[in-house]
Amino acid sequence: MDNTILRTEALHAYYVLDVYGKQKILKAVNEVDLAIQEDEIYGIAGESGCGKTTLLKALAAAVEPPLRVMSGRVTYRIAGEDVDVATLTPEEKRKLRLEYIAYVPQGSMSVLNPVARIRDTYRDFIESHIGAHQKAEAYELAKEHLSELGLPLKILDAYPHQLSGGMRQRVTIALATLLKPRIIIGDEPTTALDVVVQRGVVQLLKDVQRKLQNTIILVTHDMGVHANIADRIGIMYAGKIVEEAPTEKIFGAPAHPYTQYLINSLPKFGDKTQRESVPGSPPSLANLPSGCPFHPRCPHAKDICKQEMPGFTQVEPKHRVACWLVGEGEHGKAA
Amino acid sequence: MEKLLEVENLTKTFTLGSVLSRVKITAVDNISFYIKPAEIFALAGESGCGKTTTARIIMGFEHATSGVIIHGGKKEAKNEKVWFTEGIQAIFQDPFGTFNPLRQVERYFFETIENYKLAKSKQEAIDRIDAKLRLVGLSHEDLAGKYPSEFSGGQLQRISIARALLTDPQLIIADEPVSMVDASLRMSIVNLFKKLRDELGVSVLYITHDLATAYYVCDRIAIMFRGKIAEMGTVEQVLMAPKHPYTQLLRASIPEADTAHRWQGEIKLTDTEEEEYLRQGCRFAGRCSHVMSICRTTPPPDFEVEGAQVACHLYAEQHID
Amino acid sequence: MKVFRDLLRDYRFFWGFWILAMMLVFAGLSLFSPYDPTLWGEVPRDMRPSPQYWLGTDSNGQDIFWMATFAVRNSLTIALIAGLVSRVIAVTVGMVAGYLGGKSDRVLMFVSDSLLVIPLFLMIVLLAMLIRGSMNVVSLGLLLAIFGWAWDARLIRSQILSLRERDFTKTAVLSGAGTVRLVMNEYMPYATPLIFSTLINNMAWAIGLEITLAILGLLDLSIPTLGTMLYWAISYQAVLLGRWWWVLTPITLSILLFIALYWLSVSISEYLDPRRRVQRVGAA
Repeated sequence: MDNTILRTEALHAYYVLDVYGKQKILKAVNEVDLAIQEDEIYGIAGESGCGKTTLLKALAAAVEPPLRVMSGRVTYRIAGEDVDVATLTPEEKRKLRLEYIAYVPQGSMSVLNPVARIRDTYRDFIESHIGAHQKAEAYELAKEHLSELGLPLKILDAYPHQLSGGMRQRVTIALATLLKPRIIIGDEPTTALDVVVQRGVVQLLKDVQRKLQNTIILVTHDMGVHANIADRIGIMYAGKIVEEAPTEKIFGAPAHPYTQYLINSLPKFGDKTQRESVPGSPPSLANLPSGCPFHPRCPHAKDICKQEMPGFTQVEPKHRVACWLVGEGEHGKAA
Repeated sequence: MEKLLEVENLTKTFTLGSVLSRVKITAVDNISFYIKPAEIFALAGESGCGKTTTARIIMGFEHATSGVIIHGGKKEAKNEKVWFTEGIQAIFQDPFGTFNPLRQVERYFFETIENYKLAKSKQEAIDRIDAKLRLVGLSHEDLAGKYPSEFSGGQLQRISIARALLTDPQLIIADEPVSMVDASLRMSIVNLFKKLRDELGVSVLYITHDLATAYYVCDRIAIMFRGKIAEMGTVEQVLMAPKHPYTQLLRASIPEADTAHRWQGEIKLTDTEEEEYLRQGCRFAGRCSHVMSICRTTPPPDFEVEGAQVACHLYAEQHID
Repeated sequence: MKVFRDLLRDYRFFWGFWILAMMLVFAGLSLFSPYDPTLWGEVPRDMRPSPQYWLGTDSNGQDIFWMATFAVRNSLTIALIAGLVSRVIAVTVGMVAGYLGGKSDRVLMFVSDSLLVIPLFLMIVLLAMLIRGSMNVVSLGLLLAIFGWAWDARLIRSQILSLRERDFTKTAVLSGAGTVRLVMNEYMPYATPLIFSTLINNMAWAIGLEITLAILGLLDLSIPTLGTMLYWAISYQAVLLGRWWWVLTPITLSILLFIALYWLSVSISEYLDPRRRVQRVGAA
């Protein structure tokens, strides 16, 4: 049975900038095919400037100039029907974003009103999204929701600045999940947090997912977080997904040279052996190398790598890699 | 034992709030530690634990409320330029903020040479700059005439290290040097510190919240919590067999890049940071699973447990023995 | 030169620049004036514009075209003196207060705040009345300069305050840079656009104030400026008597000057905005 809830087909999303009369194009999302399932936590990993935040914007139907979807489609499965995001009106998109897709950003301060108590933020949110409610009723709803998530109720009377960073981030997640969205998109939701707090936030995300049986798309550069929460991981490099596999496979048997470097460079406790970084620097999205974008940094690069971008090879049923070194001869465009 | 830098009973208090509701926050509370020559020493902890304030005081960008810093056997008045020329340099967290975006990066190199009178001629200066840049895998040609925005974060951080090396320092203070560098490039920076220690005998004060990297690169580590050193010892002692309940919690909370060790169980978080700073007794008492009545009233002294220094009442009996 | 070509692509700079250039040429013409601007009755009174008297003549018997060249020259000189001198004060005060902080900051900001809260206009009028006897182009420029720096010093100070917290300040200190070097090398590039745009704004402000003081009769009315020209036109009822050429000439010239200065200020400060400069440095 096909449980795909969110699908992208050959998605290209570019930034088209005008820099002093010269057009500059950043190929932030370059031919991305994803099929994200219901009831899974899908991790997207990659370094800064690889286009992962842009991909999230496209997935959340939040594409605004200068970002443009050049080609390809993003489709949601809503109530059994496939809906192409491009066909939606702005009003429909707005509704969709609130009730179907929730977005958790990195900094929670931009979500919470700094001069309003958490209680009032909740009330505003409830009034505008569910409809007019009695003040007391909204308060009850907020209390119920917080205790469901195991957050202390006294925070409702606090102002955002009185809460610690971790608590603010958890309040943001709580707000985002109030309407029980089917998809939660987290853009580095734990990056600015301390490890202990990060663990608390990840715990909350996991709890929410278990309760709602929904989909979480989590973008972070922290492989440790991915290892702890994700079911499947897509590795993104220079605007492309270069490898995708269940979490155990990504950490246990990475197939793409970039993924291998990424995993092997992670320091581990009890192991002081020398670790090496990926050589070179990440490419600029404005000036991508020909062929496979990783070839200038790849120690195994062959001639074909410089000329042509490899398609996906299915290493195992749920494990695909875009690399000329893997499964030679069976390349084709990804399905 | 030879000590390169010694910090003794360092305290820094900040006053917050208005005249009517003053709150005194002790950001650094009576801490002491030392750094040996050719050693990488980590000062680790979560944000707000006082590690950056400590670094700023050592660098002379902040005045201590009390306590002394001894460098090369001399007590120094801070904020003197001599202090730096004696051999302490620093690199910062944000590689893009380290250099003025409107100025060419090499200007900082030439200015350092000029200000410290490190070369007699232009050619000598370029040779020295080139030599230091080669230590970090770059050359003067890579730098000439370029602005900070023309480099990647990893490159800038290496350039920053090369600049710090110009004065042949004995100690480099590195404040979260890799937290803003891309994951794929982090190790190249961290490995540089090892190289500096092993080949040039430079010590590094490595300020970080990333315990896994600290374990990989450091010799000794001090874990700070709310202004105090909770535990201090070699990285093997502190990180592989943590004794302070806070260190244990911290160690258990690190998301390890290993799918076999996923987090288990629930953890307790504080709602606000202020309450822990103002707490009498042990500041971790509110979250500690081993909390005793003495913890709420008396701050724990330092105990020596299996070679490490631990500030926790749990180890009181062992101390008496 | 590249900077200049880039700037000329902005229509505001283009027009601002050319209008100002024309004004300077116009002011330069005063050197070739056949008449002494301090003398009356050199030409027949109240003549309409004609091939002989391009912009007509006024009721004092002066040629308006040649008078206007002197007026623009003097008004621009006053504005330039006021602008430059007050820039020197503003930059010094702002940088010292911002970088040193502490006591010097408090003292300097007390002085500038005092200047900001006292009713400026009243003070200037009072002082102008006191020194009316020795009022000339230079002393008026200096008088305006004394009152024109306080706000801009605050702007520069707040910018330095935020720059001081940036890491590159520490890098510069660790590179052994002293205070003067640090401020000149690290902060000046950021302060330059502010200094430029406030200079131009300040000049516009000085011209405006000069006109006001002149209309109130507080200046030496024998010195031709845009303000004194208007003063004479108004006191001879030029509007009522239909001598439009007399009123319109100083008004048109002032408006052109204001527009030119405003456009220059906007486009230069936009061009020099550090954020856009960083982008440009990156794009190059």
